[in-house]
Amino acid sequence: MEITTRSLLTMIHGMGFGALYLMACSGALVELHRRYRSPLKPAIEIEDERFLGLYLTIMAVLAWLTVLTGAYVIYPWYRAVPPAGTVDLAGYPQRLLMSSPSTIAWHSIGMEWKEHVAWLVPISITMAAAVFARHGRNLKVQPELRAAVLAFVWISLFAAGIAGFFGAMLNKNAPVQGGATIHIVQGGEK
Amino acid sequence: MTAQNASVTPGVRDFPNGGGAAALLAAGIGSFMVAVFAILGDQSALFKKLFVFYKPTGPLSGVTTSAIVVWLVVWFFLHRRWSWQMVDMARVRTAALILLFLALLLTFPPLADLF
Repeated sequence: MEITTRSLLTMIHGMGFGALYLMACSGALVELHRRYRSPLKPAIEIEDERFLGLYLTIMAVLAWLTVLTGAYVIYPWYRAVPPAGTVDLAGYPQRLLMSSPSTIAWHSIGMEWKEHVAWLVPISITMAAAVFARHGRNLKVQPELRAAVLAFVWISLFAAGIAGFFGAMLNKNAPVQGGATIHIVQGGEK
Repeated sequence: MTAQNASVTPGVRDFPNGGGAAALLAAGIGSFMVAVFAILGDQSALFKKLFVFYKPTGPLSGVTTSAIVVWLVVWFFLHRRWSWQMVDMARVRTAALILLFLALLLTFPPLADLF
């Protein structure tokens, strides 16, 4: 069993940072709705305030790690230009997708949307973390601010979902490959 | 919601909403600028070239870096201006959400290509 360094880093970007963000985002939405839903309930405890503040900050870090690794580590491999006359495009995912009418939309719609919409995620969640750090329990009595922050977190989940979906489909149709091979387990004959 | 409401809830600080409003509106503007710069980088040969801040990543590097700079600068100035004020949150929220929705729509390539 082996994996290339490019595949490993793509996996860390998508399944590590990205998927973890999606899961964390679901949790954050549940917590934010549950703790602030009823106007009759008292404001959240100091411990909960600290926990949610830390949780949102970690989500912001995850979102930034996802877009930065995506744009500056994986994307250059994806958009690499093959030397003239190259027939095997396996190492050039963008060109491989663009070489067939049945796959070109994965690039022209999928990657083109993903590479931009993904950046709404760290902007939105950084704002949510900053607002929570500043207002915390005070959000209880600021329903308009709270609703707006929640809407941004919902849209960050949607945008991360778009990026995640297209990332998975792009990697299925034209995987980012290459680099050194890492041997994970030496297989034996069965 | 006003500061008067805040004071009647036990354990909650009576706190102006300006800081939160500044962060919210700046995030809306920053998101919208991602879409605007993406369209510029895609439709204009000049911007496509100008946005290449890091060659391996191409114009995406400039599109996103520029939008982040705009976002942070706007946030900084709005925060300085509104930090300790009560602002009209309904208007700020509406503006921020419209900008965010537009960003979401305008990053969708078939719509972005209309420009």
